[in-house]
Amino acid sequence: MTAPLDVDALVAEASAALASAGTTDEVRQVTTAALGKRSPLVAAHRSLGGLDPDERRALGRRLDDARRTLEAIADDRRRALEAAELEAALLAERLDLGEELPDRARSPLSRGALHLVTTTRDALEDTFVGMGFEVVEGPEVETDWYNFGALNIPPAHPARGMWDTFYLAVGEPETVLLRAHTSPVQVRLMEAAVAAGMSPIHAVMPGRCYRRDTPDARHLPVFHQVEGLVVDEGITFADLAGTIETFTTAYFGPEIHSRLRPAFFPFTEPSAEFEITCTLCRGTGCRTCSGTGWIELGGCGMVDPAVFDAVGIDGERWTGFAFGFGIDRCAQMRHQIADMRSLVENDVRFLRQF
Amino acid sequence: MRVPLSWLREYAPFGDDVDALAQTLDDLGLVVEGAERIGEGLGDVVVAEVVEIGPIEGADRIRRVVVDDGTRPVEVVCGAWNFAVGDRVPLAPVGSVLPGGFAIGRRKLRGVVSDGMLCSSRELALGDDHQGILVLAPDDDGERPAPGTPLLAALGLEADVVFDVAVEANRPDALCMTGVARDLAARLGLQLALPEPPPLAAAAVATGDADGLVAVESPDLCPRFAARVLTGVAVGPSPRWLARRLELAGMRPINNVVDASNYVMLELGQPTHPYDRDRLAGGRLEVRRARPGERIVTLDGVERVLGQPGPGLGDTGEDCVICDGSGAPVALGGVMGGASSEIGPETRTVLLEAAYFAPLAVARTAKRLGLRTEASVRFERGCDPEGIDRAVARLCELLALTAGPDFSVEPGATDVRGDVPRPARLRVRTGRVNALLGTGFSDEDVAGALAPLGMDVEAVEDGVLEVTVPTFRPDIRPAPHGEADVAEEVARASGYSLLPRTRPAWPQPGRLTARQRDRRRLREVACGLGAFEAWTSAFATPEEHALGGVTLDAVEVANPLAADERLLRASLVPGLVGALRYNEERRSSGLRLFEVGSVFAVAPDGGSGGVPVRTTERFALALAGPGDDAWSALAAWRVVADVLRVADWSVRHGVPGRPAPSPLHPFRSGVLTCRAAGRDLVEVGVVGELHPQVTASLGLSDASGRSIRVGWLDLDLDVLLEPGSLSRRPEQAVPVSRFPSSDVDLAFVVDETVPAAAVASTLLDAGGAELESVTLFDVYRGPSVPEGTRSLAYRVRLCALDHTLTDAELAELRASMIAAVESGHGASLR
Ligand SMILES: [Zn+2]
Repeated sequence: MTAPLDVDALVAEASAALASAGTTDEVRQVTTAALGKRSPLVAAHRSLGGLDPDERRALGRRLDDARRTLEAIADDRRRALEAAELEAALLAERLDLGEELPDRARSPLSRGALHLVTTTRDALEDTFVGMGFEVVEGPEVETDWYNFGALNIPPAHPARGMWDTFYLAVGEPETVLLRAHTSPVQVRLMEAAVAAGMSPIHAVMPGRCYRRDTPDARHLPVFHQVEGLVVDEGITFADLAGTIETFTTAYFGPEIHSRLRPAFFPFTEPSAEFEITCTLCRGTGCRTCSGTGWIELGGCGMVDPAVFDAVGIDGERWTGFAFGFGIDRCAQMRHQIADMRSLVENDVRFLRQF
Repeated sequence: MRVPLSWLREYAPFGDDVDALAQTLDDLGLVVEGAERIGEGLGDVVVAEVVEIGPIEGADRIRRVVVDDGTRPVEVVCGAWNFAVGDRVPLAPVGSVLPGGFAIGRRKLRGVVSDGMLCSSRELALGDDHQGILVLAPDDDGERPAPGTPLLAALGLEADVVFDVAVEANRPDALCMTGVARDLAARLGLQLALPEPPPLAAAAVATGDADGLVAVESPDLCPRFAARVLTGVAVGPSPRWLARRLELAGMRPINNVVDASNYVMLELGQPTHPYDRDRLAGGRLEVRRARPGERIVTLDGVERVLGQPGPGLGDTGEDCVICDGSGAPVALGGVMGGASSEIGPETRTVLLEAAYFAPLAVARTAKRLGLRTEASVRFERGCDPEGIDRAVARLCELLALTAGPDFSVEPGATDVRGDVPRPARLRVRTGRVNALLGTGFSDEDVAGALAPLGMDVEAVEDGVLEVTVPTFRPDIRPAPHGEADVAEEVARASGYSLLPRTRPAWPQPGRLTARQRDRRRLREVACGLGAFEAWTSAFATPEEHALGGVTLDAVEVANPLAADERLLRASLVPGLVGALRYNEERRSSGLRLFEVGSVFAVAPDGGSGGVPVRTTERFALALAGPGDDAWSALAAWRVVADVLRVADWSVRHGVPGRPAPSPLHPFRSGVLTCRAAGRDLVEVGVVGELHPQVTASLGLSDASGRSIRVGWLDLDLDVLLEPGSLSRRPEQAVPVSRFPSSDVDLAFVVDETVPAAAVASTLLDAGGAELESVTLFDVYRGPSVPEGTRSLAYRVRLCALDHTLTDAELAELRASMIAAVESGHGASLR
């Protein structure tokens, strides 16, 4: 017959040992001694069978409580020690970044590469700068007013279906959003021009846009657009058509041309879609262009008088045109990229080609 | 919209050149996305009678069939079993070419010569059925087609072309055959003939809550509602030609009543709705707002809860319901009918609705309930409130063809009219049209372009026209904005491709901003350091957000594409480290990657301009090449600072946010601070290494499985690149001495708590004008120096602009530098 186990004393003793344990190893040793296979606790558990039912239940419960208590204490201690040990390990490799020696850093073995979207955007910007355009940027998080309202797209307008929009869960529902196109920058630019006493605008606005499109070979939910806006005296639809043609040949090459056909955008009137000679077949007709020899690139038109009203520009004195198209689409067409999703995979075997 | 050419020809004599017609439609902005040629390839297919069916020895799936093609018996081998002797079936003879270019040749199977092919519906492009041969049914008189009859004639088909036309959201008038025909006829100079059904007895015109067949309680949601009663209706199939047209247009024929309603919608653009009047309590209708929480089971069998505000801006949850006399909803106005009053075989009396519903209300109801129907698409874009009478008369005319001898239109009718759009009148200045288009059109040119589109044009004075716009063109606005709309019509009429092209010029030069130029240089620097530019996701999971260590709240997307990626990224860490791992998994390891992009957080100050979100443009460079670590990141920063001419910067050890979790190694990273133009110190980013737990949790490891060091440079471009925000090296040239320079090497034993940069800075100050450069060339820790200190060895290069420094001068400078370091940092010369 062994002496009855003093459970309280055992718990007190083991928790004291855990509290003074200085390493996770020590915690493990204490835990094994108090709770392991050869511990008094386990031995007491084994001898429960010899007790009468009431005693067995009471002692059994006390043993379980003791085990749970000790396990919790051990876990806490282990976590604290682990954090301290990690901190110590990190501290041991501490650097004074002022101790920079001339040969500390590895020099690159080869050049990296800009992303294809960057090189495409740069080339587009350069083309437009050469044509006399400034390059202007604007925020990616916008209000309903800049993305829709000021652009003559009131709430519930059927045209809103053209942009499946990501809304942000801030403020009133559906008031703050990720811009679905770069057109809000036009509005901001015109507001700024009015605030400055109305100066003419000749600008392109490249940037990132967001639409709730499931990614596929031709669409990404996050994509890039470039938009152009000219507001000046005497600007006409003929100027728009001429500007599009100049850009097309300058960017895609002298054998690529443009044509316009009627379309609808709430913020331009008259509006047009612009197509360019198929860059694959050079106009003779192929599968990519459905045999037409033309590929749709973007939309354009004369700034709608309602938009001028919204920003406070006198549409009788000033006229203007706007156009816009996808930068990623341009890259896809120019480099014959079968699947748009390669642009966001960041596979270096793809990235290093450009 | 599917537009059969045969149907268009009903209204104007369009020619046969399908490609030219498609091109003209394109040029009108009615873009043809496809043209399906019906009956193409069926010219040689004839009706044949099955004369004999026999087995083929050794084959249990095919049989020998002899058919009579009207001239002679033809033997074919056939694998279908769904016909019997005497049936009439289609035979494609040898030499014919079926739809899709499938050429029929003479074949020999198991010793039997097959002299043609018996065809299924699918092989003939007449349907989807491929289970068996198309067996031709007897006609209405029980006659079966004679062998040898061309198949198209036997089926009552004519060769046709169906254009798939994409109609823009502002052109509800073109969502019907007559609308497309009107544009096309105007451009081609053809006369348009609309259907002119015999007029019905005039309806009693009422306003608002009338006493007749219908009462309108909400005229703002339903400005016009015309109701008619049709009695003695025999419900049955539609005429074959009508059903065929519906099929060509992509609608399934149902019964003569529903078909007539659909036909009129496709022909004239006016949706109508027929109710079984005997199933309407009280035999009458009420139009009102749905009460919050009211329910209706729509024709698609779905129960819908109405009157609930939606998430859309300004959507207060108004639905227009049509109710029966007991007030129970029987239809969702302008969107869909209800199941309870649907037309069925036993319907005898029809209450016909032809209404004009408010576009905005229909748009909201359709969006909120996710219920987009042929009717809602038309009503939300704007139907013609004046087209209702013609549509009702036309429907009655068509229904009379099959509705039986007892069919009649009750003389009593109710037409509730509220505030419907009226024809817009606007003054159009020819000069303004030309100023917008860059053209030289005359008044007559402009009038000539508008008149065929249904506009009334009156010359008021020289250069000014008074234009009355028909109500079916809601896209043409009243004055003053309508002038631009008219300009577009004029341009469309002449053809965009024929308009002039000019190249505008202006005196202002094109340019990039300083920030744009510097951003390009920053990217080039990163490339020069061997890094590839990545484009990673703008969205992040909550776990990724936690990893980024940003203490500001994340911005949540209300309608994310993927439920877990519901946050906007607040840091470039998860994306770039994910990209490193993606490459590692594809055996491209040891990379350097960088990204330039926006990160987002809830603005702690409430934000500005109604946007409570703070957006920051950042640059991050991850250096995971062999041997890369914090030193690589620091060297990268040094190059960046040089390129951007950042004059005065330092590293403050430690990482922001401690003890909160940070993605950075707490003892191998620091905050980069620069001198602002206003002389304050500003933080421009962090430099150092990623926390080993971050790289480990993302599975980045070297070949032996050990977590690797990743050097990290992360810069706030809104500070770094904003012109005027940082103090830059001046542009003035600093003269270079022509006299030889001298090096002085100084090694100090310095306490570990003293940053090496502080020592260098003291040397710089003490060396004065003669000091050319200070370089740390050795660091020693070990038994030769006391515990808790290290030896720092500097090479100081000294030089004067106007003479060679003498030994005495050098000794003096050396002494003052030693004194400054010893007294300033408690160091001792070693
Ligand atoms: Zn092509």
